[in-house]
Amino acid sequence: MPVTVNIPKEKWTGRVREITLGATSAEGGTRGRKVVVGGEATLPFLHFEGQIPHRPVIAVEVQDRYPNDWSPLLLEAWGEVAKDPAAWAKKAEELGADLVALALKSASPEAGNTGKAEATATVQAVLKATTLPLIVYGPGQAEKDNEVLVAAAEAAKGERIVLGNCEDKNYRTIVAAALAHGQLVIAKTPIDVNLAKQLNILISDMRLDMDRILVDPTTGALGYGVEYTYSVMERLRLAALTGDSMTQQPMICTVGEEAWRTKEAKVNTGVPAAWGDWKARSINWEVLTAMTLIQAGADIVVLRHPESIALVKRAIDQLMAG
Amino acid sequence: MALSGLEIYKLLPRTNCKKCGFPTCLAFAMKLAAKQAELSACPTVSDEAKAALEAASAPPIRLITLSAGQKKIEVGNETVLFRHEKTFYHQPGLIVRLRDTLGAEEIKRAAAEAAGYSVERVGVRLGLDGLAIENASGDPAQFAAAVAAARTAGDMPLVLVSDNPAAIKAGLEKAAGTTPLIYAATEANWQEMAASAVAAKAPLAVRGNGDLNALAALVEKVKGAGVEDIVLDPGVHGMAANLAAQTQLRRLALKQNLRILGYPTIVFAGDGAASAGDEIVAAAQAIAKYAGLVVLDHADAATVYPLLTLRQNIYTDPQKPIQVSPGLYEINNPKPESALLVTTNFSLTYFSVAGEVEGSGQPAWLLICDAEGMSVLTSWAAGKFDAERIAKAVKASGIEGKISHKKLVIPGLVATLSGELEEELPGWEIRVGPREAIDIPAYLKNVWK
Repeated sequence: MPVTVNIPKEKWTGRVREITLGATSAEGGTRGRKVVVGGEATLPFLHFEGQIPHRPVIAVEVQDRYPNDWSPLLLEAWGEVAKDPAAWAKKAEELGADLVALALKSASPEAGNTGKAEATATVQAVLKATTLPLIVYGPGQAEKDNEVLVAAAEAAKGERIVLGNCEDKNYRTIVAAALAHGQLVIAKTPIDVNLAKQLNILISDMRLDMDRILVDPTTGALGYGVEYTYSVMERLRLAALTGDSMTQQPMICTVGEEAWRTKEAKVNTGVPAAWGDWKARSINWEVLTAMTLIQAGADIVVLRHPESIALVKRAIDQLMAG
Repeated sequence: MALSGLEIYKLLPRTNCKKCGFPTCLAFAMKLAAKQAELSACPTVSDEAKAALEAASAPPIRLITLSAGQKKIEVGNETVLFRHEKTFYHQPGLIVRLRDTLGAEEIKRAAAEAAGYSVERVGVRLGLDGLAIENASGDPAQFAAAVAAARTAGDMPLVLVSDNPAAIKAGLEKAAGTTPLIYAATEANWQEMAASAVAAKAPLAVRGNGDLNALAALVEKVKGAGVEDIVLDPGVHGMAANLAAQTQLRRLALKQNLRILGYPTIVFAGDGAASAGDEIVAAAQAIAKYAGLVVLDHADAATVYPLLTLRQNIYTDPQKPIQVSPGLYEINNPKPESALLVTTNFSLTYFSVAGEVEGSGQPAWLLICDAEGMSVLTSWAAGKFDAERIAKAVKASGIEGKISHKKLVIPGLVATLSGELEEELPGWEIRVGPREAIDIPAYLKNVWK
């Protein structure tokens, strides 16, 4: 007797929120195009089951000071442009980035302690040099984050940029700046479903619309906890699809930063021969971290190496060709 | 899929004879469902009921074994769609494909290289699992020679890849004494392939044409010919199609209990990949999403090491983080004046920190605090790596009798603990170390005095 296989499809009741990054002249900004992420009505790339209206996108990390602490492989790949954030952003766009992720590292007290004026000038220069929507990160210290992100929000009024990161101990000033200047925020929590929901609630309590919040679940690199991020993201996405409103934010993963600080990518002396060619291994490290998390539901991955950008982009093309 | 207590109850005699040791048949059924009793305890159960219960308790995805000498690959027997639901049990075999057109010498070399590859990660030895020999030449004799050449590499389970039954027969002769996988039975050749599999007692891969109905029909024919151990290739192309097929097969087995497709799968990551980079991406998808065997064309260390790491990560049991024993560890023969560092007992944390201290060549005492196997930030957020616990670990370690100073270096990520720790450990100086393990050597060299 012939078997009849009923292709199993889940009936999901929820979907991920659609979030628009960047504003074109029609919306009062100057970006060449906007980027929409989210909107998934099924698990990643299961086209047979539900709609996936937007592809995951690639943000390329650009710093406002020469990143001399980066792997020599990255410094070699970017060359001279790494000395100028505007030139760097332009190069990233040429290499196929969908977004520019500008990290205002020079504001860190250990790296120059620059302030509002420098942040404003850098953001304006980068906006001018690229047509892509912008994500702006502070240096990662509460006081300085607040100072430079407020300046960035103001300098980019009308551009629908993303401000990162809001954390549970420091989100009010950043959210207020997003509210005042029409920007978006990233809500970052340490690999935990409930903490992620809680911060979304706190931020939306300040009246920032939910379609202006991206979630960063905290990225663990391949070999350094990627499975924790992977499972938390799968749980968040399953909760989103079953209708839990506070888990329906698109997710962003800082893949490049985490992958390139692993020993595997950073150094090539005194490591086992079984690790293989340094450059190939390092790019694979970044690409595999990215693809594993894209498989778990990442909507934006922030990358560092030009070759990773190309590979991840091709893989996304394939996954979207459902 | 397991039956519920009530479903089992319906199959029992329902006489409440108590001979099984339980007061009622329903109570016995509940114990059976919870796997706390054996059906054999019931002396009066019918043969039909026995058969139904045994069939229901068989795993939804059959366990398949390939072997050669001491080495074996076991895949299948999975029970969940997402690792956080429980865990994934049998990690996919990573197999290197060698075509018989390479010539015997090159196959010997490449096979030995694959067999010899070994790398250590968090205290575990990782390596490649097997070799797939492909009959690219079309010539059965050349295929047999290639299989013989591959066997010189020692114990490496084999996949024999050919659509030509004559080549498979020739290959099987050279693989005698091992349990290889035969790849693959198709609509065109299944009778002869099934006969070879039965004769050699080897598992048989069944390749479909992209349609799961057709695949199920083909499996049924192969099973009818006596083959029990089966591996599936849904016969699709591209990452999206493969993800869909792998997901559907896993769901059919687990959610619909569809026995006819309840087998592990094989994925050829290099097929259709434009470059080594595209292949590693396809292989990574196969590892995360349900493949039982992943065949690679590129097996250089820079490809294999990240994939082995990913496989180890995805197949780590999320219910039990890998832990190391809490306590005091001595690295590079520390002296009384050497630094004292503290961190958590999560294995990755321990291996990162210990590895860096070792690599630095600087002697140090490493105190591992019981943080229930969590990393620094996670355990701190969960209240398992706080001042009280660290102070307790310091006191319990007996370190005070071994060092001539009272300085404790804490991870930079928990700098915020230093105030409380100074209260918990009167007389101690709490120093904030680097946030990342990779910066420890510089810290020990330049900052620690």
